[in-house]
Amino acid sequence: MAEPEPWEDDEPEGPVRKFMYVNRRAPYGTIYALESLEVVLIAAAFEQDVTLVFMDDGVYQIKKEQNTDAIGVKNFSPTYRALEGYDVEKLYVERESLESRGLTTDDLIVPVQVIDKDQVAELMEEQEVILSF
Amino acid sequence: MAMLHTVNKSPFERRTLDSALRHAVKGSGILLIEDGVYAAFDGTVVSEKVKAALADHKIYVLGPDVNARGMTEKNVIDGLEIVDYGGFVDLVTEYDKVQAWL
Amino acid sequence: MKLSILVNEGPYQHQAADSAIQFTKAALEKGHDIFRVFFYNDGVNNGTRFGVPPQDDRNITEQWTALAKEHNLDLVVCIAAAQRRGILDENEAKRQGKDGNNIADGFRISGLGQLIEAGIQSERTVIFGD
Repeated sequence: MAEPEPWEDDEPEGPVRKFMYVNRRAPYGTIYALESLEVVLIAAAFEQDVTLVFMDDGVYQIKKEQNTDAIGVKNFSPTYRALEGYDVEKLYVERESLESRGLTTDDLIVPVQVIDKDQVAELMEEQEVILSF
Repeated sequence: MAMLHTVNKSPFERRTLDSALRHAVKGSGILLIEDGVYAAFDGTVVSEKVKAALADHKIYVLGPDVNARGMTEKNVIDGLEIVDYGGFVDLVTEYDKVQAWL
Repeated sequence: MKLSILVNEGPYQHQAADSAIQFTKAALEKGHDIFRVFFYNDGVNNGTRFGVPPQDDRNITEQWTALAKEHNLDLVVCIAAAQRRGILDENEAKRQGKDGNNIADGFRISGLGQLIEAGIQSERTVIFGD
């Protein structure tokens, strides 16, 4: 089999590690949701194996129809829709966190996989680097 | 592959201890630091929850933070292991990874 | 072991910076290698040299500077978070048209990629925040 041309060799250089971003905070009340998202976007260039999990108040980050005009703060929720374009596709939401807040996936701005807390725990166990803000 | 979970907020202020316990698999370790050490003391409304967690987890508490808050090992729930910062470092290296519950 | 530390809160407001310093010292004493200390969110405020805390209390920024000097630590302040909060080095001040800079000795301003690299290259990443 012929050697791949340089432009065909898509493999990232260096190790690929499993990174998880744990999002547990509501948006706007603090900056953690926004600045966590900024890490994910920058990190995309490093082509690591990235998983995002939204749990506890973090599920509110991806709630539809955020209108921030009257609080004078930029609505950054559309940015979650850009994640797919950055090859960040493993988005999980914890079922118990959604349900206890009276939300369903219909309320969310991006497609996500809903998993229960035990599955979240298992997913966490698989990671190598877990970032929380 | 066992994980070390750190909890730094008081169980009376925030629910991070609950979150950590809900997601810590059997065999993982919990380290209480900063205001998180308030969960380590006996005779509170969360003491039973912490004692019950000992069935599935090793639970550690950072001694310097205990003392800073006017408590001593006498106040710490039986079965919790008190460590200093050196011990904290050792735990980080002994467990396979660390997750901070903030 | 190769360790990296992430500090998400500023000095004094939260215990995070103190805990991070104590942890870092202990790790160094045990002979571990600190790959990087990365400052994000309000953690960038650890990097201002203009703090004048009371004389009878600790000076957190100076503790970081001293640690960095003694052990050749890489203290990195995230540029995006720093811009938001007004932590500048000479270059940034020039670029942004500001009339001064405030970065403390031993700290350098760089991109979020440095955090990801730290996560990739280190065996453990320990986070101190609120």
